[in-house]
Amino acid sequence: MRKIFDIHGGVHPPENKVQSLSRGIESAGIPPVLVHPLSQHIGAPATPIVEVGQRVLKGQMIADAKGFVSAPVHASSSGTVSTIEHREIPHPSGLLARCIVIDTDGKDEWIELDPVEDYTALEKADLLHRIRDAGIAGMGGAGFPSAVKLSTRDDVVIDTLIINGTECEPYITADDILMRERADQIIAGVKILQHLIQPTKQTLIGVEDNKPEGIAALRAAAEGSNIEVVVFPTKYPSGGEKQLIQILTGREVPSGGLPADIGVVCQNIGTTVAIHRAVQYGEPLISRITTVTGEACSAPGNFEVLLGTPVDYLLKLGGFQQDQCIRLVMGGPMMGFTLRDTAVPVVKTTNCLLAPTQKELPPPPPAQACIRCGMCAEACPVSLLPQQMYWFARGKEYEKLEEHNLFDCIECGACSYACPSNIPLVQYYRASKAEIRKQQQEKVKSEHAKARFEARQIRIEREEAEKEARRKARQEAAKKKAAAGKDPIKAAQAKAAPAADPAQAAIEKAMAKRSGNAPEETNEEKLARLKKAVETAEKRLESATAKLKEAEAADAPNLGALQTAHERMTEKFAKAKEELQQFEQASTEAPSTGDPAADAIARAQAARAKNADKSPREKAEEQVASLEKRLSKSEQKLAEAKESGSETAEVLEQSTAKLRDKLDAARAELAQLSESEAPVAAAASTNDPAQLAIEKAMAAREAAAKLSPEDKAKKALESLEARVEKTRTKLAEAEESGADTVDVLRDTLAKLEDKLAEARKEAGVEG
Amino acid sequence: MALITVSSPHAHGPMSTATVMRLVLLATLPGVFALTYFFGFGTLTNILFAALLALGMEAAILKIRKRPIGFYLNDGSALVTAILLGIALPPASPWWILAVGILFSIVFAKHLYGGMGYNPFNPAMVGYVVLLISFPVQMTSWVAPIGNFDGSVLGPIDALVRTFSASSVDAVTAATPLDVLKQNNSLLIEDLWASNSQFGSLAGVGWEWANVGFLLGGLFLLYKRVFTWHAPISMLIALTLLSAIFYDGGSSASGGSPMFHLFSGATMLGAFFIVTDPVTSAVSNKGRIIYGACIGVLIYLIRVWGNYPDAVAFSVLLMNFAAPLLDHYTQPRTYGHKKKTLQKETD
Repeated sequence: MRKIFDIHGGVHPPENKVQSLSRGIESAGIPPVLVHPLSQHIGAPATPIVEVGQRVLKGQMIADAKGFVSAPVHASSSGTVSTIEHREIPHPSGLLARCIVIDTDGKDEWIELDPVEDYTALEKADLLHRIRDAGIAGMGGAGFPSAVKLSTRDDVVIDTLIINGTECEPYITADDILMRERADQIIAGVKILQHLIQPTKQTLIGVEDNKPEGIAALRAAAEGSNIEVVVFPTKYPSGGEKQLIQILTGREVPSGGLPADIGVVCQNIGTTVAIHRAVQYGEPLISRITTVTGEACSAPGNFEVLLGTPVDYLLKLGGFQQDQCIRLVMGGPMMGFTLRDTAVPVVKTTNCLLAPTQKELPPPPPAQACIRCGMCAEACPVSLLPQQMYWFARGKEYEKLEEHNLFDCIECGACSYACPSNIPLVQYYRASKAEIRKQQQEKVKSEHAKARFEARQIRIEREEAEKEARRKARQEAAKKKAAAGKDPIKAAQAKAAPAADPAQAAIEKAMAKRSGNAPEETNEEKLARLKKAVETAEKRLESATAKLKEAEAADAPNLGALQTAHERMTEKFAKAKEELQQFEQASTEAPSTGDPAADAIARAQAARAKNADKSPREKAEEQVASLEKRLSKSEQKLAEAKESGSETAEVLEQSTAKLRDKLDAARAELAQLSESEAPVAAAASTNDPAQLAIEKAMAAREAAAKLSPEDKAKKALESLEARVEKTRTKLAEAEESGADTVDVLRDTLAKLEDKLAEARKEAGVEG
Repeated sequence: MALITVSSPHAHGPMSTATVMRLVLLATLPGVFALTYFFGFGTLTNILFAALLALGMEAAILKIRKRPIGFYLNDGSALVTAILLGIALPPASPWWILAVGILFSIVFAKHLYGGMGYNPFNPAMVGYVVLLISFPVQMTSWVAPIGNFDGSVLGPIDALVRTFSASSVDAVTAATPLDVLKQNNSLLIEDLWASNSQFGSLAGVGWEWANVGFLLGGLFLLYKRVFTWHAPISMLIALTLLSAIFYDGGSSASGGSPMFHLFSGATMLGAFFIVTDPVTSAVSNKGRIIYGACIGVLIYLIRVWGNYPDAVAFSVLLMNFAAPLLDHYTQPRTYGHKKKTLQKETD
């Protein structure tokens, strides 16, 4: 005799199973309309693969699984797809979800099926694929896609396969009648599962002892196989997966784990039959057995119902008297949920429709105070302390609730059933679970946002620093190039110098400078050096001018060379002066730290701080003005350099181009700002003579009125497109020339593109 | 008819709070009958007036608290409190004793803490202890049982007169067996037994039968699953063990036999009607075992080495304090968890 383990707690509600067992399984027939929700299982809703108006055949897949945890949906009879729309589906909250609605033609024409002669010859993956394609999801009530549940990892050894024929909920007899009438199909299905799972130890079918006829039929069908039918005392909720595993094996599924973790796979008896039909005959899941019962039904019984059959159609077959019923339950009286509308369809998980009279299941009386009697704790099958959790739930002490293992609650309702004060305990737990989940989601979201924000800050800082460093490097490079250009002269001068030692020193210095190994000079040193350079340049310029004058006077043959030299000297002098000026300005603005990048940042910050109190427009204007000045200067220099054929021309050209780009960008910004500020300016012009202001405003209004919203959007779109194009061209140019405006341009372009996308979207919505 | 939307479960068990209270009332009948048989109608007058006062005060305080009076009176909890207090008080206690006791039970111990379900202390025991400390003379003058002195007990008229008269002149009182044992410091238990007519075959005359009555009532409630066995049985076992250890072979210093302790005073009433009060006891089964055992130990300690002859009320109140702590540390192991959830010490 097999050892039966007991579960903690449990209750013994009146079974009320005989009412629906007076007759055998009856076919519910073909309803005029079938409603197939895309989500009849746990996981992602299926994706429709048929179109409105398309004719579909019985068993044809009309929506395919989307993702791993999902299941396809099949037409349960032939007909025409009349609509695909949101309809109320069987759900505790009266949820609306997408459904494929089929107008049946009554022909019940099957699609061509693909039966399997010998499933033992099939690969495991192929078998699983067939089960998945048949749309089979747990038919006991949860609706978890069976193929997913059966896809155990190869490294997990399953020693026990359990088939759940407990059906512990009162009233429901769908599994019971299945055992009585289709025991051979159940056993055939179990054998397929055995082949698939290869349980190393045992295959058990667990049935409560209140189904003697079903047990006898099963035992007869299982004769000669290694499938054992295990009978245990009736107690609610023995049929919970975890509870059944405990009863049959004494093992407990770890909290938060799966049965596979302890070497068990569990399947419902109805699912087993569906798998048998799917594999042996190639039939997808298109019908199920549903119990219609309750005292408001004059002809209770079990029906083989096409999935998608509206509930009211089925209730009519059960002799439903609407006037006697105020509570219609899908599922059993312990875990079922109420329906608001009888138009909802029967789905894969609909094991029962319970239509009780008011006397049979009266509306819940008002809850009384909890007297901590502990009857709930006595009833709890997972050994929780429901009354403690109730206090915590009322006090919204969610941490304590989690400490008391709220999430191990299976919501079986035994505690509420036992509570003498009629407290809807399960409802409190459901609400608390939802609240905790919500809080966790929000926490995750906010943490994510925080991380993102911080990462962005770091990125922006890094980019700024890099940009500065790059700019600095380019500057240095340009300087060096310029210095290298000067070098030969210097070297020549050094060579010409009478003393050998100073010359050597000068050469060494120049070489060191060129290779970048020159010792870091302090600000004072640099200042002094620059000043000296200016002085030298001035002196040389003077002497060059004098020589040139002399030569001019004497009409010497070396006049051309002297002129060139003079020009060069002039240029050098100007450059030295500029360098000195720049340096002086920089050193007065910010104390140097010696680090060029840090210096540059500090300078930029100082400049920003200086500009902070100015309006963006003022700033932009200032910038444009200064850029214009610099550009004209630079252009002048360039012209000079070109004329003289100086080697600095190239550098100058580059910097002029850069300045031009910068100026363009600044002008664009200014234009943008002026545009956005225009209305403000118009409004602000009330200081002007009144007449003028009124006229202006009216003109503006007229101009605005002429443009329809569409036109405006269109115009904005056009201008944005133009700007994006322009910026792109500029960017390409800048990238080619390696200008430091690349970054600015890139940012601008990204912003513009965003704006454009938004504008397009808006225009699209409006249009 | 429109369909209603309600949360599962849709079925509800037969048990209701009112049913629980009615079963408790029913279960007190054998004990009350024994008390009446042996000590006269005083117990019945106690119960009658305590019940009237309790219902009146409950209604008044509910009205003051703006709660639905009918809804709460219906749960029967005030009635249970009143009847338990009525049984615990000396038969035919004066009306003002009853009034003060009920006032402290219903108004102070129950409603000032938030009413039904919110009271940390057993209301009947709070009322009893307030009276015991405030009015020791009235509270220790227990009428003599049947067979003592003139051989009669208080009739209904006598009991009524005694309840409402200013003095308790014409009452025949006697020390209770627990009193007698406590005062003894020279006689062997055997001799003490022989020299005092209060002692019967198990414990005291009348007392033993009253305890048997409450035991029967308690077993009935246990059968009806109104409460679990954990607290009452562990209390009785603790009391038995301690009295067996300190029985001392019946010497003059003996604390009394286990049988004597089990069937004396309020042992059985306490075990099955007071300790099992769900509101004020621990809630997990392990917690209840500890809770009951501690009460048993305290009863013995106070009875033998304390100042009061009986100790159920004090012990219960002391353990009421400890119940939340016990709950905190005795959370059961939930399905699928390796060990029971360890509670953070600091929360």
